[in-house]
Amino acid sequence: MKKDPWYNLKQYTNARIAIGHSGASLPTSELLKFRMAHSLAKDAIYSEIDTPQLTADLLNSSIKSVVVKSNAFERKDYLLRPDKGRLLDQESINKLQFAVKEPVDLCIIIADGLSANAVNTHSVKLINYLLPLLKDWTLSPLILAKQGRVALSDSIGQILKAQISLLLIGERPGLSSPDSMGAYITYQPQQGNTDEKRNCVSNIQSDGLSYEVAALKIAYLLQQMRTKQISGVLLKDDYDNNIFQIDGKKY
Amino acid sequence: MYKHTVGHTVYKFNSLADLMAKATPLRSGDQLAGIAARSYQERVAAQMALAELPLSVFLEEHLIPYNQDEITRLIIDTHDKANFKTISHLTIGDFRNFLLDNTTTKEVLTSLQKAITPEMAAAVCKIMSIQDLILVSAKCEVITSFRTTIGLEGRLATRLQPNHPTDDVKGILASVVDGIFNGSGDAVIGINPATDNVANQIQLLQVLEDVRTRYEIPTQICVLSHITNTILAIEQGAPVDLVFQSIGGTEKTNSSFGINLSMLKEGKEAAVSLNRGTVGNNVMYFETGQGSSLSANAHHNIDQQTLEARAYAVARAFDPLLVNTVVGFIGPEYLYDSKQIIRAGLEDHFCGKLMGLPMGCDVCYTNHAEADQDDMDVLMTLLSTAGCNFIMGIPGADDIMLNYQSTSFHDALYIRQLLGLRPAPEFEEWLIKSGIMNKNLQLTQLDLSNKLLNIVS
Repeated sequence: MKKDPWYNLKQYTNARIAIGHSGASLPTSELLKFRMAHSLAKDAIYSEIDTPQLTADLLNSSIKSVVVKSNAFERKDYLLRPDKGRLLDQESINKLQFAVKEPVDLCIIIADGLSANAVNTHSVKLINYLLPLLKDWTLSPLILAKQGRVALSDSIGQILKAQISLLLIGERPGLSSPDSMGAYITYQPQQGNTDEKRNCVSNIQSDGLSYEVAALKIAYLLQQMRTKQISGVLLKDDYDNNIFQIDGKKY
Repeated sequence: MYKHTVGHTVYKFNSLADLMAKATPLRSGDQLAGIAARSYQERVAAQMALAELPLSVFLEEHLIPYNQDEITRLIIDTHDKANFKTISHLTIGDFRNFLLDNTTTKEVLTSLQKAITPEMAAAVCKIMSIQDLILVSAKCEVITSFRTTIGLEGRLATRLQPNHPTDDVKGILASVVDGIFNGSGDAVIGINPATDNVANQIQLLQVLEDVRTRYEIPTQICVLSHITNTILAIEQGAPVDLVFQSIGGTEKTNSSFGINLSMLKEGKEAAVSLNRGTVGNNVMYFETGQGSSLSANAHHNIDQQTLEARAYAVARAFDPLLVNTVVGFIGPEYLYDSKQIIRAGLEDHFCGKLMGLPMGCDVCYTNHAEADQDDMDVLMTLLSTAGCNFIMGIPGADDIMLNYQSTSFHDALYIRQLLGLRPAPEFEEWLIKSGIMNKNLQLTQLDLSNKLLNIVS
């Protein structure tokens, strides 16, 4: 098959340009390539958070974890009822209330969101970069949440008496990014918080933000939040223009 | 209170809004709002009750009170009472029969456009089948123009959507070239910017303007920013053809978008004053979509299809060039699967056309909705038989900035070939003159000396 004469423009964009024709339609190879990309995104939506593996991997890094569940009982319920994915089920509430002791600086939550594959792949690796940057922080047990939406971090953070919540969650899969993870950080997590109160570091994936840079960005935001006691739109995300210090080390 | 009896069961509906919501075909968004019918039978009972109501009921019982909502006031104050006399005696059930009647011609429907309120359109829509929606839409004609003429019989235009995740100019232009060489872009070349600020908007407008003028492409350009930004861009002398804005069907929804009717008026006047159109001066480009009011918590317990039709009352007050229902973008909590998306797209197109709007459709879905590209083929094909004015053209149907799937340049070529639909006349002439298409409107083997190949450099 002949290449389109503007084939060289592919260097400027990841958009599906200069993909040729069969008659007016797509060539077979492109039709199937698109379907493959879509299949990965669909599989990501229906993937499940691998709590046994994550628990084991976290233990390897000496991190204890607790598994909880939202009010959405399965994926269809989760997709149709965003409100259910924002609240814990009663059993999980009991479990966390039992686990909570003193107030903590930070609770870290890993939730499936719209791509469990994303957190199965990236969350522990990111945490291993992040924790060394948080030596002077007190942490609650790490929470692994099933069928969770972003606002679930409010319910969890509130029960755990955490000053700040950090949620790692699978982002809505796109055709070119089926396993991208986002980090949402909220100062004073409590039910009823809106997205204006959160800061987000998104696109953590193999073709996106690296674990190392993402961990630095998150640590910077956490430090700023603790100092200024605010988060969200009120907190200017000026990481890119600043160096900051952790343990006397400059970043 | 409205009632309908089936056997020994009496179904009661405590308001007109409740009756409308119960009568509407199944939508996950109406279920999420807790206003949907609770059984299949209740839904049809509501449709039967609705069919017996006179059209004029909507002039007497306002779904949102007149003193609470400027869109209700707009609807009532601009109602064409003179032409309404033709249909004022009809029930909603009769109205469906009337619309399908062979003597209800294109001319009759055109004369009735402003006599039909959004609620009347929404009500009859709820009791119509998909083939009804297609047949009546196909009888409607709505023609608008700026540098191209859109909506003529036998024509289908496309919005060329060359988005890029970082607004990289070369990346955007690469997609523009790809679209143009596939015969796309006669409705508009329109970028959704990744960064919505005035400086970025002006820069992107200048990039598109430069290409448009250098190659004398007869089309209009647009950077889809908030209307307040576009007004500022106009004040700063930017080449603004079209003023874009997302709109909804309640005053509260529009407040959540940061707009109101007077801002839309201001935006329109600013663009009209530039007088940049050649064959016409329709300057507004609106986008809508079922579910936006619930999403903004501004739905007044009215179903999403009715609220969508009310957004068209906003649109038609400003004589737009393009109205685009972005049907599947909102997600499965509002439109769960392809069945819901397909019917919603046809409903929106029908209601908009009946009310006199130049309807196009972003035939689309997100990856967490139960839909795929085959479903988009179905909706695009049905809409094109219904006389849809325009669809989207995106490289390979994959928008790498907004992360959703729509229709591709190839899709437009397919549907034009299948149904013998042609591009807008001014654009068609240019495509042939530029050596992109032959006289049979097939893509040619592009001459490597074609100067259009240099757009990016």
